[in-house]
Amino acid sequence: MSRSAPALGRLAGRTGIVAGTFGVLLGIWCAAAYSGAVKDLFLPKPHAVLWAFVEMQREGILWQYAWDSTYRVMVGWALAAAVSIPLGVLVATSRRAGLVLGPLMEFARYLPVVALVPLTLLYFGIGDGQKFAVIFLGTFFQLVLMVADSVAAVPRDLCRAAATLGASRTQTYALVLLPGALPGIMDDLRITVGWAWTYLVVAELVAANSGLGYMILKSQRFLAIDRIFAGLMAIGLLGLATDFAFKRLTRLAVPWSEKAGGR
Amino acid sequence: MTLELFGIGKRFRLGGEEVVALENVSLSVAQGELAVVVGPSGCGKSTLLNIVAGLERAGTGRAVLNGREITGPGADRGMVFQSYTLFPWLSVRKNVEFGLRMKGMPPAERLERARRYLDLVGLAEFENALPGQLSGGMKQRVAIARVLANRPEMLLMDEPFGALDAQTRLLLQDLLLKVWQKHKTTILFITHDIDEAILLADRIFIMSRRPGRILAELPVDIERPRDHTVTVSPRFTAIKKDIMEMLWKEIAQD
Repeated sequence: MSRSAPALGRLAGRTGIVAGTFGVLLGIWCAAAYSGAVKDLFLPKPHAVLWAFVEMQREGILWQYAWDSTYRVMVGWALAAAVSIPLGVLVATSRRAGLVLGPLMEFARYLPVVALVPLTLLYFGIGDGQKFAVIFLGTFFQLVLMVADSVAAVPRDLCRAAATLGASRTQTYALVLLPGALPGIMDDLRITVGWAWTYLVVAELVAANSGLGYMILKSQRFLAIDRIFAGLMAIGLLGLATDFAFKRLTRLAVPWSEKAGGR
Repeated sequence: MTLELFGIGKRFRLGGEEVVALENVSLSVAQGELAVVVGPSGCGKSTLLNIVAGLERAGTGRAVLNGREITGPGADRGMVFQSYTLFPWLSVRKNVEFGLRMKGMPPAERLERARRYLDLVGLAEFENALPGQLSGGMKQRVAIARVLANRPEMLLMDEPFGALDAQTRLLLQDLLLKVWQKHKTTILFITHDIDEAILLADRIFIMSRRPGRILAELPVDIERPRDHTVTVSPRFTAIKKDIMEMLWKEIAQD
């Protein structure tokens, strides 16, 4: 797709603002750290964090841990998405299913997933399975309700129009309700994948033997604050990349939606 | 006789209160006739149309189309809604092809028919546009093409021009008259706009306020083919006066 010159200009303008925000942040950090206003123990110097990245790369753990964490997020969250999308559609379209599942989901989503971590450890140990479980529990119940809302937001007249054009119930679901709800569902998925990152790090902080959360915890024991910062930045960057990928994906999946335009 | 309604009644609950939407509505629409139901807002005329479409069930009474009882929605009764109901993810042409796809018509035939009906509503060059790129009036023209392409036995129109500005509405009323003159599809048209009712109708059914009943049935003996210029004729004004008087009594009760 070709972009027009003004669009390119706007893109450059946006990029400039984003770069500016991070630049100012970096400036404040440099000022605070290099002036000695904040001790090294609490705030590492920027070059030390950069060095921590290089060292972790040399030790071979940077990519390994980043991949381990990403893998856990993706699997746990994909499982939640795969189960919650059909259930969400069901809750939105069947009064009976709504009555049975609705209150259950409402109850379950108020259980803080952090409080469920001990249980998951008991059930699944400290391996990947436990991480999947934490992420699943943290996103699944919310996703069911969010997807149900997105499906319910599809104008009823669209389905009615399809019915009067001769579409069967199944055809109406597959050809009207799902495509109509897709922009909302893409949004729901993008939001919950962010949560999945949060819950993963929580799970890794509690018990793990690899991953970025684990690395942060281990660094705390050694007072290696430069590595803690490096770990946090890696998580932030991965989150940013996920969000960006999702916006791209949304634009591909629902080019007709205003949501696909991005903000 | 095409459509016959016998003693249709409908109640529903609204915030714990039982509301009678329709009471003993009987009417019939003949093959090729353009019948208009006009009534104050909230009189249950949309409910009546939904019952004919099979989207809602009548509480009492029977709705019969060509001797068969109406039990659910079907492609034999095409509907145009007041809200915009084009599928926003499909191109204009794919929208028009939707019903044909449901019928399992081969793609080449679908394409040919979609183009013919888009041409009929004057939107042939917009076949690849997405609904989001069209104006309200254009969307409703596509909706009309979509429903006509399906070749229904009957066309149900629920205030299809109600959301449009006055000028666009005139254009679309003329377009509908032109299309109907050519195809003579049976039409049941719902509106609260008296001018629109007289301009379009062979026969007007005037409905009371809730609970909706048929107050009167009025033939419109204005010569066809018509267009918006008849709205200033003396005959038009005389009919309008009659309807206004009847409806005014209904509205003034509030």
